[in-house]
Amino acid sequence: MTPSPPATGAGADAPRPGGTGPVLHVEDLSVRFRMPAGRYVEAVTGATFTLAPGESLALVGESGCGKSVLASALLGLLPGNAETAGSARLADGLDLLAADERTLARTVRGRRVGLVPQSPAAHLTPVRTVRAQLEETVRELAGPGYAGHATEAPEAPEAGTGPAAGGRGTSSGASDRPARRGRRHRLAALRAAARAAAGRAAFPASHLDRHPHELSGGLAQRAATALALVGDAPLLLADEPTTGLDRDLVERTVDELRAHTRADGRALLMITHDLAAAERIADTVAVMYAGRIVEIAPAGAFFGSPGPRHPYARGLLDALPERAFTPVPGAPPELGALPPGCAFAARCAAADPLCRTRLPALTEGVACHHA
Amino acid sequence: MLELDDITAGYDRRAPAVRGAHLSLYPGESLGLLGPSGCGKSTLARVAALLHRPDRGTVTLDGRTVTGFFHRAPRSLRTAVGVVFQQPRLAADPRLRLRDLVAEPLRATGRRTEAGPRVAELAERVGLGADLLSRRPHEVSDGQLQRACLARALVLRPRWLVCDEMTAMLDASTTAALVAVVEDYRAETGAGLLAVGHDPVLLDRWCGRTVHWNEIVKH
Repeated sequence: MTPSPPATGAGADAPRPGGTGPVLHVEDLSVRFRMPAGRYVEAVTGATFTLAPGESLALVGESGCGKSVLASALLGLLPGNAETAGSARLADGLDLLAADERTLARTVRGRRVGLVPQSPAAHLTPVRTVRAQLEETVRELAGPGYAGHATEAPEAPEAGTGPAAGGRGTSSGASDRPARRGRRHRLAALRAAARAAAGRAAFPASHLDRHPHELSGGLAQRAATALALVGDAPLLLADEPTTGLDRDLVERTVDELRAHTRADGRALLMITHDLAAAERIADTVAVMYAGRIVEIAPAGAFFGSPGPRHPYARGLLDALPERAFTPVPGAPPELGALPPGCAFAARCAAADPLCRTRLPALTEGVACHHA
Repeated sequence: MLELDDITAGYDRRAPAVRGAHLSLYPGESLGLLGPSGCGKSTLARVAALLHRPDRGTVTLDGRTVTGFFHRAPRSLRTAVGVVFQQPRLAADPRLRLRDLVAEPLRATGRRTEAGPRVAELAERVGLGADLLSRRPHEVSDGQLQRACLARALVLRPRWLVCDEMTAMLDASTTAALVAVVEDYRAETGAGLLAVGHDPVLLDRWCGRTVHWNEIVKH
């Protein structure tokens, strides 16, 4: 599929996952939004999970359950009225929640955490070609070798044999070359690196000069994936990457994401409401309800036998057209007015007075008094 | 009957999105139309909903040949078809509260006085609470907004429903809930349904009959 070997690491000083420790360790992460009149909306409460190298975790739940807020928190993209607690540590110990904007902008986004966006057609800049956007991303993320103002020129790689993505390590001392020749080399290297980046995401080189609106949904998704892979980030965050795609495309997209995760020892956090996509990609499934992770289980056990243990997770699976096709009765509670006990009690057939008054803790992978 | 006969339609006469499509629905029938993304099925759905004028071919609705489309469609035909689109965000006026969004077809046809009880009844049917009805689209989730869009499609009691990827953006539970609302409405009124989508499992479960795109267009 990909003709070239992966790039040899970004020029940025992002460390690769060590192979032993987790890529991401989220501990007791909470996000709440301060609203007018001293009210709070508890969007995420006490989320705890770990992502190992090569692991794919699917975070599933109804729309409005707090999944996307969790993703925004990991990228430092929360609005000003958000308050966070807990920690989200990368392999090198950096706490994403405590990092300042400068650190996040210069060393995290794109470099240590790559984002595969929802609706790529809207994520890409509509007035610029895919090539222009890829080259810009390579220039920004892959070190000074490609920047116009750099003092050293990297060796021009042969087209199609993979980029010498790092400026510093791979550049030859070229101070004796005329400056113009150096610039031409840098441009050629940049072009080749952008082509290679497109190739890694199986984006056809023939479509590089197209604008986003000239791409089908699947190709736009690949273009966005290519952009997310440029920085060679050890953690990929995919926020509803398959929404609105048809079944064949969903399967291809998740298979490709899975391959990028497995092959290079990355970790993938996929946020989705598409259970079929989750089943296809995930090693681990985390079910979120009303801002809390109510069940976290190996994907095989969750989708197969013995099946989910939390009644909400069971209801969600039963709603699938290939299963009972019956909705979970009722509606999720407002995140600004959560009940004192289990948030699912009002919709749960097994609820008793204990459920309504005491919040079940997440023990052995499930937060239910009756599991 | 809703009949589409030899429909060619698109946005550029030299490269039509749909070529020579045939489709017929009997009253009360539910038909699923399956096709990959980009095949032109949404364009055909728009033709069936009288929202897009075909370049060629005829649309016959309950025995009347349709001569005008979109704003040129006669009101008696236009109000006979309810439509739900894929993306509720793009199909809802962001300035309207959900209550007014659902009531808009009544207002547009000069039946504003019926709005109060009818909106309340439909809100209950699609599962929207009273506090949600007074919110605007940016204050609700995709699933809640699609519930409102479905209520809007039902508010004039159409004889036909066109659901173009109605559930593509929704989670499994909301999907099952909205399909149940459509089926309850159909059981009660005998309305016909054209459901367009790409998920064979869903359409087989939902519709009495499914056809694939390749079976209805000319090659």
